[in-house]
Amino acid sequence: MTPFALWVYLSASPLLWLTVTLLAWLLADRIAAATGRHPLANPVLIAVAVVAGLLRLTGTEYRLYFDGAQFVHFLLGPATVALAVPLWRNRRLVLRTVVPMLGALVVGSVVAIVSTVAIAMALGAPKTVLASLVPKSVTAAVAMAVSEGLGGIPALTAVLVLTTGVIGAIVVTPVMNALGIRDWAARGFAVGLAAHGIGTARAYTVHPIAGVFAGIAMGLNAVVTPLLAPLLARILF
Amino acid sequence: MVVGFALLLVCQLIGEAAVRGLGLPVPGPVVGLLLLAAAAAAMRRASGDDRFVDPAAPLGRVADGLLSILALLFVPAGVGVVQYLGLIGEHAVAIGVSLVASTVITLLATVATFLAIRRAIGVDDEEAGS
Repeated sequence: MTPFALWVYLSASPLLWLTVTLLAWLLADRIAAATGRHPLANPVLIAVAVVAGLLRLTGTEYRLYFDGAQFVHFLLGPATVALAVPLWRNRRLVLRTVVPMLGALVVGSVVAIVSTVAIAMALGAPKTVLASLVPKSVTAAVAMAVSEGLGGIPALTAVLVLTTGVIGAIVVTPVMNALGIRDWAARGFAVGLAAHGIGTARAYTVHPIAGVFAGIAMGLNAVVTPLLAPLLARILF
Repeated sequence: MVVGFALLLVCQLIGEAAVRGLGLPVPGPVVGLLLLAAAAAAMRRASGDDRFVDPAAPLGRVADGLLSILALLFVPAGVGVVQYLGLIGEHAVAIGVSLVASTVITLLATVATFLAIRRAIGVDDEEAGS
């Protein structure tokens, strides 16, 4: 087999890009660990940049990449279900904070939608981009369905959602520290609401209680945003 | 291991089926999460302890394992950015400013509301993890 024939064979099999995804993650995680988990060294951001660079370098299409990476992507569903475990372990604390959570949920969800649309509108973004931005704080699968219903581009929404997640994971620690907020439940809830699963992953690396509340906020916002989005979108644009 | 993973998949499967079948406005895995929490409650009632979600139990091990690599699971979808570099580039300022500003504003509004309500109803801060 010539090197070229070998490349043609490997690049078309799911094995190559699945392996690349895992290796890029290990590298990204090493870098993040080497910086002492500095918020700016976000492992998702680093791994995405590495893989995207390799795709461009080899001229590989995203669809071919996803054939391999889908095995990792698939685990998002079971991982969401698994959030029930830390939720149950911490149920006493969760039940005591139900009222603040519900209040923060409604306020946060409305603010997330209104602020992103208002700012992008003021800066001249077209309607399809505005509709794609509306559900940016919600977990990807739900956000894509919401975007489609509003006349947005679901795949663009997926990218905006991921970007929001990375931004939230990067800014939450410095912002909360600057404000002197040391309540892990409040910090976690805020980042889970604003930055869904990537925010939740960051919260788990910072403090287990923050992780639990981030997971709850992510789940609750995935229920509330699809209900609020059509109403707010009609008023906003 | 297999028992734990199968439990997660069964909950997700029932969740997806319920969402499709009943036309619920909620994602299937979120319904699955609620089902698993209900199962944990039922198991506690049956056994009198939390063996079911123990970190050494099959479910606890798989759940802790998956959640420890949660961020990795977002990488494949994140790489999807390569498909929209053109459209994003065209509206880079509007999208970039909107996402960064809105995320910070949302964090502040959420955390402020949470703390204000908690202070108003007077839940003790100590146990709530401060």
